[in-house]
Amino acid sequence: MSEMEKARAQTDFSDKPLCLSGRGVTKVFGFGDKKTVAVDHVDFDFHEGEFVSIVGESGSGKTTLSKMLLGLSNQTEGEILFQGKPRDIGTGRKKREYWKGIQAIFQDPFSSFNTFQKVDAVLLDCINMRGGKHLSKQEKTDMMTEACNFVNLKFAELTNKYPFELSGGQMQRLMIARIFLLKPKILLADEPTSMVDACSRATILDMLLNLRDETGMTVIFITHDIGLAYYISDTVYIMEHGKFVEFGKADEVILEPKAAYTKRLISDVPKIHEEWDLSTVDLKQDA
Amino acid sequence: MGKVMLEVRNLKTKYVTRFHEDVYAVDGVSFKIEEGKSLGIAGESGCGKSTLALSMMGYYFPPLHYMSGDIIIDGKNISGLDPDEVRKTILGTEIAYIPQAAMNALNPTQKIIRFIEDVVRAHQPKKDKKEIRAMAEQRFAELGLQPGTLDKHAVELSGGMKQRTVIAVSTILNPKVLIADEPSSALDVTSQKMVIKMMRELMEKGYIKSMLFITHELPLLYNVTDDIMVMYAGQIVEKGTAKEMVFDPVHPYSHGLMGSILVPEEGTRGQKLGAIPGAPPNLKKPPNGCRFAERCKYATADCRYTSIPEKPFGDGRMYRCLKGVDELKEVYSGE
Ligand SMILES: Nc1ncnc2c1ncn2[C@@H]1O[C@H](COP(=O)(O)OP(=O)(O)OP(=O)(O)O)[C@@H](O)[C@H]1O
Ligand SMILES: Nc1ncnc2c1ncn2[C@@H]1O[C@H](COP(=O)(O)OP(=O)(O)OP(=O)(O)O)[C@@H](O)[C@H]1O
Ligand SMILES: [Mg+2]
Ligand SMILES: [Mg+2]
Repeated sequence: MSEMEKARAQTDFSDKPLCLSGRGVTKVFGFGDKKTVAVDHVDFDFHEGEFVSIVGESGSGKTTLSKMLLGLSNQTEGEILFQGKPRDIGTGRKKREYWKGIQAIFQDPFSSFNTFQKVDAVLLDCINMRGGKHLSKQEKTDMMTEACNFVNLKFAELTNKYPFELSGGQMQRLMIARIFLLKPKILLADEPTSMVDACSRATILDMLLNLRDETGMTVIFITHDIGLAYYISDTVYIMEHGKFVEFGKADEVILEPKAAYTKRLISDVPKIHEEWDLSTVDLKQDA
Repeated sequence: MGKVMLEVRNLKTKYVTRFHEDVYAVDGVSFKIEEGKSLGIAGESGCGKSTLALSMMGYYFPPLHYMSGDIIIDGKNISGLDPDEVRKTILGTEIAYIPQAAMNALNPTQKIIRFIEDVVRAHQPKKDKKEIRAMAEQRFAELGLQPGTLDKHAVELSGGMKQRTVIAVSTILNPKVLIADEPSSALDVTSQKMVIKMMRELMEKGYIKSMLFITHELPLLYNVTDDIMVMYAGQIVEKGTAKEMVFDPVHPYSHGLMGSILVPEEGTRGQKLGAIPGAPPNLKKPPNGCRFAERCKYATADCRYTSIPEKPFGDGRMYRCLKGVDELKEVYSGE
């Protein structure tokens, strides 16, 4: 095992400084008969540098929670804390300040870029946003080149191109190059690899892990893929119908699950060393 | 050896873009599927899996064009037929095709029974509605779907139900080959399991005679299909049984691909993934040499200039690499 792998397998985050926490965080949509409790009184503590996965099936409330974490929607009830203190994003100025430290990447890389902005301008913006406006042209180019190298892109090949002239995989790498330049305190990733093949996914995951190691950012990774969550995260939260039914170190949650729901999720995914048992599936039950 | 249900011989097809450029998305693909067997296809996004599926139906319309090669279903060569002929005599009875994201393609305001009437009447225009309904009710019941589903609209069904319904509708005429392109990738693990179980039952009951399954989810492919082939830049780079491919891949690309499998099993957390930097070649102008050479860490100068044929080895396996099987395995074991 390499040093990095050892660190990943053993780090205990509970004594690290707090990054984002939640107490009784709840989101209700609609009311009366139409009421949906999308997120239902969840508590969590995400620490600095921690790689957290939130795993749950479709409709369990993952995206709803991530929007509240990003400050894009307000919780109906409960409190979100930032670095241990109640998060205050009440005014436009405070919100912008909060957003400086948090970045998100989504499933569809194409939606994340402005179609009319060339790729080098996208990266240049990141440098300016981080207070690098005054740097010389050469210094900026060096930074952009470094960011591209980090994600195996050739900066020289990207200049003067528009995002739609890149392949899906190049686009996803560009998203990570942005994160490399922005160095946010928190990265929220909502299924960023769900449509790619295993090899490209591996490339992206390894880049994210390296980036976390390099910058010490907190990563909140949202996925329905429990095998992926196991590989990549320090801590796993399992979400069912808006509630966290189980959380803990990846090894504990995946190898010794306690909640019935977690056990079912794990037994339902196809594996390669264990038999995938279809005999228990009752086709009539899904009416 | 079982009876061959589907044989594809050196199939070449291309897209012609708006700018009149040719994209060689399927470039000399050959394989066979025997009766009762299933074959899986994996490969990088954009390598031509969906195009291969489309091309195999012999149903061509712009921008996709047939160039050369044969598609033989149960002894009958269907390549070169005109699209109208294909629709009347092939689709539904010889081949059923579940396109990528099929469940979102259903007209949401049409009742399920209408889709079935359409499928049946394309081949038997005179069949009356009562007969079709009786046939549909029986098949739905056998596959664990409520007969009441027939009178529902697509929008009223959950994702998993929609996908199972699409599959039941497409296979109602007992096709010889079912081609399913990512049939369960958008679904929860629970619904995914049901879709797969239903496909297995279709096979076991003999309603479909063979299956081609496309997905980038390798653990799923491993559990569902008998054989797997890996595609890279429009060509097949390796073929073998599911077990051989997952546990003993030979081609450097399949080696990387299989080394990237993520499953919630002990020991996988510390594993080093088979990430491969770089991007596949442009299919407008594929290189003459090995198409993977540019990204292959084992490539030598020869690889870039030598055109590499399919090389048979082992018990019916095939790979496409300049290096020998033993040479490659030795390299892998030293890593
Ligand atoms: N704007 C909204 N108005 C009403 N209900 C909503 C809204 N957004 C989400 N919901 C509901 O809240 C629940 C949780 O949805 P959410 O999108 O958070 O799930 P998810 O876990 O992200 O699912 P997926 O894996 O499919 O992305 C669902 O029942 C959904 O229908
Ligand atoms: N209409 C089109 N015109 C031109 N080129 C196309 C067209 N459709 C697909 N292509 C190109 O053909 C190649 C094969 O595409 P295809 O959709 O078959 O890939 P795939 O292997 O199914 O990918 P995925 O895993 O993302 O579904 C790609 O390089 C793609 O860019
Ligand atoms: Mg979501
Ligand atoms: Mg496809």
